[in-house]
Amino acid sequence: MGLSLLARQSPLASAQVQRQHLSATNACPPFDAKMQEAGLTPLHATGLTVFQINVGKLCNQTCRHCHVDAGPDRQEQMTRETAELCIEALAQTDIPTVDITGGAPELNPNFRWLAEQSRALGRHVMDRCNLTVLLLPSQADLAEFLAFHHVEVIASLPYFRSAQTDAQRGAGVFEKSILALRMLNRFGYGVEGSGLGLNLVFNPVGAFLPPKQDAIEAQFRRQLLHEHGITFNRLYTIANMPISRFLEFLMESGNHEDYMERLANAFNPAAAAGVMCRYTVSVGWDGTLYDCDFNQMLDMPIGYGAPRHIKEFNTAQLHTRRITTANHCYGCTAGVGSSCGGTIT
Amino acid sequence: METYYHPHDLTKFPDMGKGNKALWEKFSSYYNAVFAEGALAEREKALIALAVAHAVQCPYCIDAYSQACLEKGSNAEEMTEAVHVACAIRGGASLVHGVQMRNVVEKLSM
Repeated sequence: MGLSLLARQSPLASAQVQRQHLSATNACPPFDAKMQEAGLTPLHATGLTVFQINVGKLCNQTCRHCHVDAGPDRQEQMTRETAELCIEALAQTDIPTVDITGGAPELNPNFRWLAEQSRALGRHVMDRCNLTVLLLPSQADLAEFLAFHHVEVIASLPYFRSAQTDAQRGAGVFEKSILALRMLNRFGYGVEGSGLGLNLVFNPVGAFLPPKQDAIEAQFRRQLLHEHGITFNRLYTIANMPISRFLEFLMESGNHEDYMERLANAFNPAAAAGVMCRYTVSVGWDGTLYDCDFNQMLDMPIGYGAPRHIKEFNTAQLHTRRITTANHCYGCTAGVGSSCGGTIT
Repeated sequence: METYYHPHDLTKFPDMGKGNKALWEKFSSYYNAVFAEGALAEREKALIALAVAHAVQCPYCIDAYSQACLEKGSNAEEMTEAVHVACAIRGGASLVHGVQMRNVVEKLSM
């Protein structure tokens, strides 16, 4: 298993270095100029419907495209104190959805508490799951826990074949993912009428844009059912962000400039108008507030005078806050658009 | 110019409209209609285009439709099979003309 950028002491482990690469590219006009051309500046939030909590960078995998630079060697973890602040803030709001991510969020000792508390507040909870975590001995009861609390599982599976999946996520990950999906099906996940949502996430295995969501979903549904007897609800396509380990891949493979050009050429004003940062607030492992998980990884906290830490959480100010953007945002506005919930348009 | 083909020339394809806008617009409209979802899926059409690109040996088309196939959800195995289809038809087209050769040989031979 590979090491994180941080463990390898790669210059790209620095958010500042990543931001410099993103702003220095000549392959695309500055994102803000493109947004201005589309009449979308300044970009403001339009409400708050998703409370996304990134509980840390610890993961049992080291995927090549990871925008978090997560891995087994990362130690950053949300503490119980910060988790409690999240629940206190959430309780003040009527935000319907709590989206828990990482790393492998389930490895944080406070994950289950966060899920239970959010459910007790009547919120819908989503777990961004890498699937293989379900097979760890320490997580033997995880599927049962998730099902009991009706937590929606958003599971990463970039392709319905092992070659592509393992190339992105590590040797043997496809086979384990299939075992985990079968386990989730046994608990009722992805089974019609169970009320237990199992949605898959497709990321391109390389420097290209994702396919149309409906088309690739049909392929996945056919292949996973026929080859492995697996069912699921929806498949979300998400474009790879040109940051962190995917940025490393782009640079090492000589694809960086072409990929940025590809994203910018596919800029879609309709997708840009619907980007998920407009209705999301993203909380970092240390309680810092961000417009999205990608800004979080680039160390770009919420700006323009809005609250920047969970201790200062203020729904009214966050509802209409101005959003911080940069060239990586092309990743969400290309083609049909990309968000944590799949395509935008 | 060190080569007749340059990857960046692909992005200049719309420049063909500068010589005759009306014909370019007719072509573009037809082209887009051909590749839209129809009785065949966009993914299937991209695989056909990839095979044809190899048959006509157009480097621009190979570049564009290799990427298009990936972006429509196809994989390298499927794309390789598509290229083999082109290869089989090209090879078969040569070979089947061997029948003409045989016809001539049979007519001329004792």
